[in-house]
Amino acid sequence: MLELERYQSLGEALRDALERWAGYTCLIEADRERENCRLTYRQFKERALPLVSALQQQGFAPDTRAAIIMTNQSKWLISAYAIFYAGGVLVPLDYKLSPREQIGLLRHARASVLITEFPFWRALRQEAGWHELSLRLVLVTEAPPEADLGEAVRWEEFRGDGEPTFIPRRRQDVACIVYSSGTGGRPKGCVLTHENYLEQCRSLTAIYPFSPEVRYLSILPTNHAIDFMVGFIGPFVCGATVVHLRTLRPEYIREAFVRYKITHMTVVPMILKNLERGLRERFAALPRHKRALLHALMRLNRWLTRRRPNVRLSRRLFPDVHRAFGGHLEMLIVGGAFTEPSTLQFFYDLGIPVANGYGLTEACTAVTVNDLRPFRADTVGRPLPGVEVKILDPDAEGIGEVAVRGKNVMAHYLDDPELTAETIVDGWLLTGDLGWIDEMGHLHLVGRKKNMIVTEGGKNIYPEDVETFFEGLPVKEFCIFAANYLWPERRLGQEQLLLVVHPAPGEDLSEVVRQQIRERNRRLPEYKRVHGYLIWDRDFPRTASLKIKRTVLAEEIRTRRSRADVLWL
Amino acid sequence: MRTLEQTIEELLDLAARYFRLPREQLSPDDDLFEKLRIDSLQALELLGRLEQHFQIELPDYELQGVTSFRALAERIHARL
Repeated sequence: MLELERYQSLGEALRDALERWAGYTCLIEADRERENCRLTYRQFKERALPLVSALQQQGFAPDTRAAIIMTNQSKWLISAYAIFYAGGVLVPLDYKLSPREQIGLLRHARASVLITEFPFWRALRQEAGWHELSLRLVLVTEAPPEADLGEAVRWEEFRGDGEPTFIPRRRQDVACIVYSSGTGGRPKGCVLTHENYLEQCRSLTAIYPFSPEVRYLSILPTNHAIDFMVGFIGPFVCGATVVHLRTLRPEYIREAFVRYKITHMTVVPMILKNLERGLRERFAALPRHKRALLHALMRLNRWLTRRRPNVRLSRRLFPDVHRAFGGHLEMLIVGGAFTEPSTLQFFYDLGIPVANGYGLTEACTAVTVNDLRPFRADTVGRPLPGVEVKILDPDAEGIGEVAVRGKNVMAHYLDDPELTAETIVDGWLLTGDLGWIDEMGHLHLVGRKKNMIVTEGGKNIYPEDVETFFEGLPVKEFCIFAANYLWPERRLGQEQLLLVVHPAPGEDLSEVVRQQIRERNRRLPEYKRVHGYLIWDRDFPRTASLKIKRTVLAEEIRTRRSRADVLWL
Repeated sequence: MRTLEQTIEELLDLAARYFRLPREQLSPDDDLFEKLRIDSLQALELLGRLEQHFQIELPDYELQGVTSFRALAERIHARL
């Protein structure tokens, strides 16, 4: 891989990567069973440089803020590279936001260039705020031939002549403005520098080195911090192949694994859980003796790989399972939300290591990762090289707010010195997450700072910690809240935890489920028990990475339900 | 050529069959996620069925912002 310490900017590192790995396959874009394009690193450069020329001929100056609103596809990466090459600041926006939300963030970021796909552009134009934006250039991809684009320009035809000028940036210059939230209120635009990304990439590849043999399946949108780093910057500086799949439909993901001999993929917990469910259903359908054998092999594999993964050995133990994943899978990477330990253990026992970690946009991507030596399902791993983690004001159990310091920590929030001052104190990023560090240096997360209860016995209980005890509950999804967080009461004591359950499709909350809640509750220490449950009939709101939007869900519950709706246990 | 109303009817028939719900429980303006009790991943599976039935391609993003059966039918209809 490239020696990233030598580089000043993402543009410079990517430019060298395209030279260094020129003949290797860089990017494949697949849509269902079709392959839209396959580019070597040289061809990627040949696609990107005319775009840079055209941008510069249109007056694209260094530090111009250029937003991308696109699904997971090759033009995202080509456009991003062109922006970096021209010394611009990239503003990756979530295509799943509503047009109104996107316009709010475009305005907040003061983006003057927008690169987007035709359907999103069409939706944006219909919003009232569209014409108030100060966009100087809009590039639209994949517009139908007869479409009237008005002042926008077709991305495919936006090509300039001549050699573009590479604009050098320094490490402390801004590379990206990434919104960690703010769609519901105060926008949080994380200002991330070239140094943030280069150092983050350096420390991640030190733990999980990529190489030209890696074939990475990218299904998360690239605006997501994880895919940006693990599915773009990381593979490129290592000469790996990125396969973009433009659909999340399970049948095509399965096909892609086989067709492209995928070695790595990043998923969010919801997708991992779905994969787990599918496998468990298949296992349940096996004849009894085969099921018993499978479980014995899983125990054997766990013992044989207790110190470190041995995927080759595991493939021999579970040939059918590994074949279903294409036969080349080395590792899954999971992030974006808390992953249930039982899910991580399930995959590990089948010989599919899942690299679990912890991160937040304010810290570029990752803060801690599990190095799998040995595998730990119960933690989010150790701090990355060069990243410091400490627990602020730990309680008697060592639990406190997680604070982070390192070259991966953002410069500041865009145009919000007050929020920045609240969030970065004496160089430490206050994450708002609560956790503790064990004797091996592994970080354990137990919840968020605000959604918690204090029992009458003086114990702090964190809903996300208790949630693990309800794993496998036969409902579609569930979530635990502090009752006082949902319906605030200005008093302490008698605080209660509530289980919010969304039943599986076509099912009412059967007596079996009610019984299971009671049984699991009974197995918990008294102070950790949930006091009641609330039946919820809507999908939990989720972010692009399928993380539950707890604050949004809490607000919905607050609006539509009251304490009187709680079924107390 | 189908009318929009026909497309809506066919969509409701298909959704009822696929998710094993009585057809009469589904109305064009129902929230499809709420009525079918499905999440976004399950809705993608439904797209596959709809593609087969209507002989069209429905990219994932066509589900963006769709809540009612009618809105989904309109997206389908625009591609027929």
